[in-house]
Amino acid sequence: MASRKESMSTPTAPMASTSSGATLDSPVKQIQIEGLVVLKMIKHYQEEGQGTEVVQGVLLGLVVEDRLEITNCFPFPQHTEDDADFDEVQYQMEMMRSLRHVNIDHLHVGWYQSTYYGSFVSRALLDSQFSYQHAIEESVVLIYDPIKTAQGSLSLKAYRLTPKLMEICKEKDFSAEGLKKAMIGFEHMFEEVPIVIKNSHLINVLMWELEEKSTVADKHELLNLSSSNHLEKSLQLLMDRVDDMSQDIVKYNTYSRNLSKQQQQKHQYTQRRQQENAQRQTRGEPPLPEEDISKMFKPPQPPPRMDTLLIAGQINNYCQNVKEFTSQNLGKLFLAEALQGHNS
Amino acid sequence: MAVHGPVVKIHPVVLASIADSYERRNEGASRVIGTLLGTVDKHSVEVTNCFSVPHNESEDEVAVDMEFAKNMYELHKKVSPTEVIIGWYATGFDITEHSVLIHEYYSREAVNPIHLTVDTALQSNKMNIRAYISAQMGVPGKTVGVMFTPLTVKYIYYDTERIGVGLLQRTRDAPNRAKGLTSDLCQVGGAATRVQDMLTTVLAYIEEVLSGKVQADNSVGRFLTDLVSKVPKISAEDFESMLNSNINDLLMVTYLANLTQAQIALNEKLVIL
Repeated sequence: MASRKESMSTPTAPMASTSSGATLDSPVKQIQIEGLVVLKMIKHYQEEGQGTEVVQGVLLGLVVEDRLEITNCFPFPQHTEDDADFDEVQYQMEMMRSLRHVNIDHLHVGWYQSTYYGSFVSRALLDSQFSYQHAIEESVVLIYDPIKTAQGSLSLKAYRLTPKLMEICKEKDFSAEGLKKAMIGFEHMFEEVPIVIKNSHLINVLMWELEEKSTVADKHELLNLSSSNHLEKSLQLLMDRVDDMSQDIVKYNTYSRNLSKQQQQKHQYTQRRQQENAQRQTRGEPPLPEEDISKMFKPPQPPPRMDTLLIAGQINNYCQNVKEFTSQNLGKLFLAEALQGHNS
Repeated sequence: MAVHGPVVKIHPVVLASIADSYERRNEGASRVIGTLLGTVDKHSVEVTNCFSVPHNESEDEVAVDMEFAKNMYELHKKVSPTEVIIGWYATGFDITEHSVLIHEYYSREAVNPIHLTVDTALQSNKMNIRAYISAQMGVPGKTVGVMFTPLTVKYIYYDTERIGVGLLQRTRDAPNRAKGLTSDLCQVGGAATRVQDMLTTVLAYIEEVLSGKVQADNSVGRFLTDLVSKVPKISAEDFESMLNSNINDLLMVTYLANLTQAQIALNEKLVIL
C-alpha cells in the first residue's frame, strides 16, 4: 500500500514547551541508548510491521551535557482509515502521563521509524522531524532497518536536520534561489549522530542469566553468503528513484529553456519598440506608450527544488547502503575462498 | 488441579522492562508489580509485553492502582490488538500473602493468570526467574487455600531479537558498559573472530582427547565429522569461476553506486551555479 506510506501521519510534536528550563545551544554530539529501547523497537516492528508499512513510536529520555540519553520508548498505533476519531495527541498525552506515574522519564526527545531497504528520506519525515526539532532542540529520529538487522547486525541510525536545513524549513522558501543562498547540497540535509548502547548493571546480570539459559541460535545470519535477493531489491528501488530524478531534471531543463526563450523575446520586443519609437520621432508622431513588459511576458514558474533535494538524498542513501552491503559480501566471499583453499 | 501447567515462553524485552521498572521504583518500595501481556496457546503461554503498575505495600495491606492498569491496557491494545492480559509479575524472591490478593484480582482479568517472579535483589547470587500458576488446594467444603505451582520457563526470541540481544551481550565486556555500533566490514571481521574462537575451543578439545586426557565422547565425535563434511567439496576451477562471477557482480554494483553518487553531486553543482 504505497499510498499509505506517504500519507502516514507521524507522531505530533508535543504541545507543551520543552520541559528543561534552558534549551541547549550546542547540538547533540552522541546518543546513548539503553538496551531496553532497542529490544522494544525490534519487538514492535516484528509484531506489527510486517510488509512495507512503517512503524513509528516516540522516544523518551533526557539530555545530559552533550549526550542525548534515550531511556524508554513507546510505540504508536498504526494509522488506520476507519479510526477517524482517533486522537493521536490524546494517546500520546495519556501514555506519557501514565508512564510518569511509574517514574519513567517522560521527556519527549525524539521519535523512531522503521524503514524498508533504507527508503526513508521523504517529505513526511522531513516535516515531522522539523516540527520536533523546532519544539525540542535536541530531538533525533532513529531509523531502524529490520531487514538489514535480520541479516546479522543491528542497523540503527540517528539523524538530525542540519541547522541550514532548519533555516530553510522555517522560512518555507523552497525555491531555487533560496536553496542556492543557503548552499545546501543533498549531503548536508541530515547529520548522523553516533550511537552508543549502554546498559545498567542489573540488565547486564539479566543478560548473563539469559545466555546461560537460552538455547544457542541455530541461524548465524551474518556469515550467510546469499546476496542476490537483497541486492536486487535495493537496485530496483535505486532505479525507481533515478527515474524520478531524471524526470525532475527534464522538468528543470524545460523550465530553464523557457526562461531563456522568454528573455530573448523580451529583448527582441524592447529592441523593436525602441526602433519604432525612433522612427516615429523622425516622423514627428507621439511615441507609443511604454508598456509594462513584465505583464506581457509572465515569467514561468520555477519548479520546486525541495523534491529534487529529497530524491538526491534518497539516492545517496541507497548508494551508501549498497556499497556497505557489497563490501560485506566481498569479505565473506574471501572467507569462503580461504576455507576452500585449505580443503582442496 | 493441573500439575503440569502450560510452558511459559518469555521474550527478553519483558525481562528488560521488569528490570528497568525495578530500578525506577519509588523510594521505600521493596518490590514492583505489573501486568503481563501476551498470547495464550494450547500448551503454552507466550509473554511478549508488560507494563508496571504503581502499588503501595505495607505490613497489613496492599493497594494496587487498578484504574491505571486498565488504562494502560487500553492504550497498549491500540498498538497491538492481539495481546491480552495473561498474568502479572513481581520482583523479589518470595511469594507473600499480598501476592495472593493481587493474584485474585488478576484472575478476574485473565482466565488462568500466570505469576512471574524475577529476583532482582539477587538473593541467591543469581537472578532467578520463575513462573507460577495458582491451583486450589485444601479439603473441599472447608477453607480452600491457594497454592502456586511452578511452571517451566523458556526464553524465546525472534530472529532480529536474538541479534539485538547478542549486541547487548557484547556491551557487557566493554570497559564502561558502552558500545558503539560497528559498520559493515568490521562486523564480518567480528563474526570471523567468533568462529575462530569456537574453532580453537574445538581444537583444544580434540588435542586433549588425542593425548588421552579426556575420554572420547562418541556423540561429540559425530558432530565433528558432520562439521568437517559440511564444507562442500567443489572442484577448484568451478569454485574459482563461481567466486569470480560473484566478485564481478559485487564490483559492478559498487561501480554503479559510485557513478550514481557522482552524477547527482554533479547535477547539484550545475543547478546551484
